[in-house]
Amino acid sequence: MGKSVWPFGLTGLGLALLAWGTTWGLGFAPREAYMGDVQRIMYVHVPTAWNAMLVLTFAFLCALVSLLRGGWVWDARLEAAIEAGVVLSGLVCIQGSIWARPTWGVWWDWDPRLTTTAVLLFGFGGILALRQFVDDPVKRAVWSAVAVVIAYVDVPLVYFSVRWWNSLHQVQSSPETVSRAFHWPLRINAFGVLFLVAGLLELRARLAFMRRETELAPPPPSETAVAAATR
Amino acid sequence: MNPFLAALRKDLLLQWRTRSQLVAVFVFGASALLLFSFAIGPNAAALRQFAGGFLWLALLLASTLALADSFESEMAQRALEGLLLLPADPRALYYGKAVANLLQLTLLGAGLVPVMVVLYDASTARLPGLLGIVVLGAAGLSAPGTLYAAMTAQVRARNTLLPLLLFPLVVPALLGAVKATSLLILGDPMGQLAAWTWLLVAFDVIYWSLCGLVFERVIED
Amino acid sequence: MTALAVETIGLSRRYGRRWALSDVSFALPQGSIVMLAGRNGSGKSTLLRVLATALRPDYGSVRVAGHDARSERELVRQKTALLGHNSFHYEALSARENLAVAASFLGRPYDPSLLARVGLEARADDPVTSFSAGMRKRLALARVLLQDAAVVLLDEPYGELDPPGFALLDRVISELRSRARSVIMATHLVDRGRALCDRALLLEEGRLAWSGPAAQMPTEAPDGSAVA
Repeated sequence: MGKSVWPFGLTGLGLALLAWGTTWGLGFAPREAYMGDVQRIMYVHVPTAWNAMLVLTFAFLCALVSLLRGGWVWDARLEAAIEAGVVLSGLVCIQGSIWARPTWGVWWDWDPRLTTTAVLLFGFGGILALRQFVDDPVKRAVWSAVAVVIAYVDVPLVYFSVRWWNSLHQVQSSPETVSRAFHWPLRINAFGVLFLVAGLLELRARLAFMRRETELAPPPPSETAVAAATR
Repeated sequence: MNPFLAALRKDLLLQWRTRSQLVAVFVFGASALLLFSFAIGPNAAALRQFAGGFLWLALLLASTLALADSFESEMAQRALEGLLLLPADPRALYYGKAVANLLQLTLLGAGLVPVMVVLYDASTARLPGLLGIVVLGAAGLSAPGTLYAAMTAQVRARNTLLPLLLFPLVVPALLGAVKATSLLILGDPMGQLAAWTWLLVAFDVIYWSLCGLVFERVIED
Repeated sequence: MTALAVETIGLSRRYGRRWALSDVSFALPQGSIVMLAGRNGSGKSTLLRVLATALRPDYGSVRVAGHDARSERELVRQKTALLGHNSFHYEALSARENLAVAASFLGRPYDPSLLARVGLEARADDPVTSFSAGMRKRLALARVLLQDAAVVLLDEPYGELDPPGFALLDRVISELRSRARSVIMATHLVDRGRALCDRALLLEEGRLAWSGPAAQMPTEAPDGSAVA
């Protein structure tokens, strides 16, 4: 994998944007009429949620490429993407709780999107555990790619099933359904998180790739070895 | 003989030979139903309301045991590998095993229904409908469950990994089965049964196709 | 040009950090009876499993019975049979049932005489869990015979067998020879191998150390230690 420094640059840019957008949203954006300051969490929650789905979609693409074309680069990116997806999903759930408590008096409102994220958290967390327990690198790559594909296909099914299940009881609003008078801090933060995650993801993938190199023996020293290997 | 039928025959024969294990799993499911009722207490109305949910939770827990068992015999002497080398079509091997597991889980579910009726006072006049939901729900557990059981049978910590991977995945099927069962027991004034049934059917169709496609990658070296 | 039973060029296969097979190249004409010798851990089982397509090669090319082991796995499997370290049996089923299962996948009718040939007639309907190691070996041998393959791969077949079992195996190999089948047999019984086989391959730590006529295979390494 590459050794260039662009991921560091991207991470730095992301942090800067995130600092700008968060300060603006939390400190200087106008107060929301009905919910007050609690609504400001939207400036962090929505970007995190968007990026969680984006990263998991990226994981799905890495899984497809890994299964169809092979190669350790894509498996390394898959490992990084699953980890990042789990972290972001966890953050979304925590942020959701922080919003729900003052608003509804409970730590968890069964909002369909939030509940789907929680299921995703456990689903992809399980795939991380799978990677830990498989010692053979080839099997680990194939199995986690298969598991990611299967889990990702499930996402719309989970979302719709939870939405129908929830709609029979109560209709609750979530931070992003309220009036969005101020888009700018939101967009800045969205890009901030995107760049931050993208940079860190590439760095994490490089780390995974290097680990793969220590796990596997290098090609045998020989002149007659025909390099027709798929992995 | 058609490879799928050969595989199904092999799996049904194996299940018949190890049927005492199925009885043990059923007892596990029934005790789970009993223990769940302690969480509610002797409140007949509440028990009845949650009966559908507990039935499916019990079946879900029992399924991890049954699914894991289904691959033990395949791995002990590498019998599955032996079949692959004959050669045997991996997809036929998957569908044979998945259908056999479906039958087994349906038997388990159908066996737990009377337990639920007795413990939770949760009977229904629409028994064929209930059995239909049991089949659809069991199919939802069997398709990804067979795939993941094949995977986890090859690694350590298999008893933890299988539920860890399976449970989040089957949430839509679980929700569909629970809602449909509850509607059949408690009544369906707003006609929602069809929607939940279609959700189950969609889940089953998607996963029976998808898992069959990827099974070969999961068991080959 | 005689057809080749097996042809490998630069075959390498690793397990984690260790190369189990390293740059192994050889060619065997059809109808060869080959002894595969080498110490424990030299890669004999790995080589047989690669030829059977139970394992994929990491590097190099492998052709078995005229087909490529990577891209034409199913065709190779149709023409090979492996007697491996694991017996491929279902413990809960009887000997007869195990063979019937294999036959159903091969699309062949089950042949009842096979069990008699390997001396398991009397225990045909007992579950395999009750079998001794030697009996399991015999059942595995019956399974190989059922497959009627062009290339037969035997991984230490004499292990666990009793003297009548040895004689049975000798007979089977002679019969395969007379039917122009190819046999590759990994064994530590070097003298027996020399008597039965035309050619020999010697593996040392995953590398092909020697190949040639079986009668001429060296028994001692330059330092005096046993070679296989």
